[in-house]
Amino acid sequence: MDALLDVDDLVVRFATPNGDHTAVRGVSFSVAAGERLGIVGESGSGKSVTAQALMRLLGPAATVEAGAVRFEGRDVLGFSKDELRRWRGAQAAMVFQDPLSSLNPLVRIGRQVTETLREHLGTDRRTAVARAVELLSEVGIPDAPARLRDYPMTFSGGMRQRVAIAIAASCSPKLLIADEPTTALDVTVQAQVLDLMDRMTSELGTAVILISHDLGVVSTFCDRVLVMYAGRVVESGTIEEIVGAPRHPYTRALLGSIPSMTGPLPRRLPSIPGSPPQAGTRPPGCSFASRCPLAEDVCHEADPPLTGGVACHVATREIATRDTREIATREENGR
Amino acid sequence: MTGWVLRRIGQTALVLLGVVTLAFFMAYAVPGDPARLIAGPNADAATVASIRHQLGLDAPLWSQYTAFLGRLLRGDLGTSYALHGAPVAGQILQALPTTALIALGGVLWQLVLGVPAGIVAAYRPKSAADRLATLGALIGLSAPPFWIGLLLLYYLAYRSSVFPLNGLGDPLWWYLALPTFTLGLAGAAWYARMTRTQMLEVLRSPYIQMARAKGLRERTILTRHALRNGLTPLITMIGMDFGYFLGGVLIIESVFGLPGVGKLTYDAIDQLDIPIVTGAVLFAAFFVVVMNFLVDLTYAVVDPRVRNRR
Ligand SMILES: Nc1ncnc2c1ncn2[C@@H]1O[C@H](COP(=O)(O)OP(=O)(O)O)[C@@H](O)[C@H]1O
Ligand SMILES: [Mg+2]
Repeated sequence: MDALLDVDDLVVRFATPNGDHTAVRGVSFSVAAGERLGIVGESGSGKSVTAQALMRLLGPAATVEAGAVRFEGRDVLGFSKDELRRWRGAQAAMVFQDPLSSLNPLVRIGRQVTETLREHLGTDRRTAVARAVELLSEVGIPDAPARLRDYPMTFSGGMRQRVAIAIAASCSPKLLIADEPTTALDVTVQAQVLDLMDRMTSELGTAVILISHDLGVVSTFCDRVLVMYAGRVVESGTIEEIVGAPRHPYTRALLGSIPSMTGPLPRRLPSIPGSPPQAGTRPPGCSFASRCPLAEDVCHEADPPLTGGVACHVATREIATRDTREIATREENGR
Repeated sequence: MTGWVLRRIGQTALVLLGVVTLAFFMAYAVPGDPARLIAGPNADAATVASIRHQLGLDAPLWSQYTAFLGRLLRGDLGTSYALHGAPVAGQILQALPTTALIALGGVLWQLVLGVPAGIVAAYRPKSAADRLATLGALIGLSAPPFWIGLLLLYYLAYRSSVFPLNGLGDPLWWYLALPTFTLGLAGAAWYARMTRTQMLEVLRSPYIQMARAKGLRERTILTRHALRNGLTPLITMIGMDFGYFLGGVLIIESVFGLPGVGKLTYDAIDQLDIPIVTGAVLFAAFFVVVMNFLVDLTYAVVDPRVRNRR
């Protein structure tokens, strides 16, 4: 196996006052070195929990089980405290959603950049400061040497996310997990930050897992996509496959909800009617069945397995009979 | 920031004036005739009247008030009725070092006992250590300090004479150990709870998650990223407690027989020695108000967000 990251059957449970609930239910995927994988899905579908489980950032309320989580063949879930510390930040880095709260408000920017370098590369103070200036200039912070002594509050959201990217890139990690890195930013800034991530990671050959609820963002950036729904992967494939020929009705609905960048804006953004079932109260059968225009009896009875990149009774059968046109007509009728 | 400091000083002065005024009218409203008190029960009416005149007690209220303010500005708090004309300011200043030591010791005990307990409790919520800290806090909070003080005195000073029974002596810390511990114990419970709440909140925050994701050592995360943020709210408690203690620790000083401002006040109340009581109240208020100001100033120094807001 030459995958950089290999995740097999990841399950995450939370102990809550109203009993256990399973936020991630058997997610499997792998990421090759330098590859870019997108994870999309509505809010609450388990994307962040998946990312945090991979980085082992979940608290004691969470139980993480998996067939395996391997990074270059090493068992991440079996890492000792020390191994984990040496791996995080150096081999696998993370950029969080909210740049306003992910930098410590009481610690100077310079310190927050240099501490990772000093911890992992054993860089002396002077060299680390020089490197921090380089990094900040690289991510487009004007007047970097002077800004080292500033606190995060004097930076805009976009600038802070640039700093976070600089920190993440500082030790040339092999994997970068970015959890909705542009969601909290203005639309104009979003594109700049994505560009920056693109540049930094392609220079270093860093593999990226980009998490977003926006298939549009993912499709401009990634090679492959996982579509998550209610804690499961419901479809996976290359960008071309997912955007060009989506098979799962949920993926199609998501595609329908990408606002087009060209042409007139639709008067009302299409969205998927209904909402995902709550983690504690999932009915048997496919979690999407209650919102699905194509749902049949079987969909309410058995949860479809992920076969050939899609977890859908109807799509699997349609593919088997190679009668893909019918889906379109049915969907038309369903609307 | 200088503008803010000046404005804050102005506010502080106003508050002090308010306190002084209140103290004056409180003293005025207290029943009992000070002139009679000084003259003694056997003095005749003429003597009492002449003492009243000497003290200016027969002047109109307004001129008494302005005279009082004028004396205050010169640092004159009047003279004690009971201590044969001893200047109040002198009495208080003489008692102040003892109280300052007790206050300092009390605050230190609060920190030493409370903060580590709170940190441990926050790091391992629901663990044995957390439960122990919660239990300790409950006991500390619900037991009256004089009772704990008496217990300590009984077992550690009277029965086993590990510590001295009362008063001050050499070495000083030996004599102050029990009183300051007693003083700090109740507060320590508050500090533990406050620290626990704050640290729990901080440890959940995204920047701590980020610090973990950066692969920092747990020790670095605690000292550089968590403690600072978690403990800044304690500045208020430390400052206010210190000011409050400086104003006199009545019960502790009385139980342990320490000649501080609290003991002075306690005795003065007993003897209706209004000038001493008023003076002590003014001192207490002064320390609380000034510490309040210093607390705000400290925040501005510690937290850049506060600094720039002003
Ligand atoms: N610490 C937690 N305790 C309990 N439940 C959690 C916790 N974190 C996330 N969850 C639950 O896990 C599910 C997935 O959440 P998340 O991964 O954050 O979704 P998203 O796809 O929007 O990132 C949600 O139902 C959420 O309520
Ligand atoms: Mg999320």
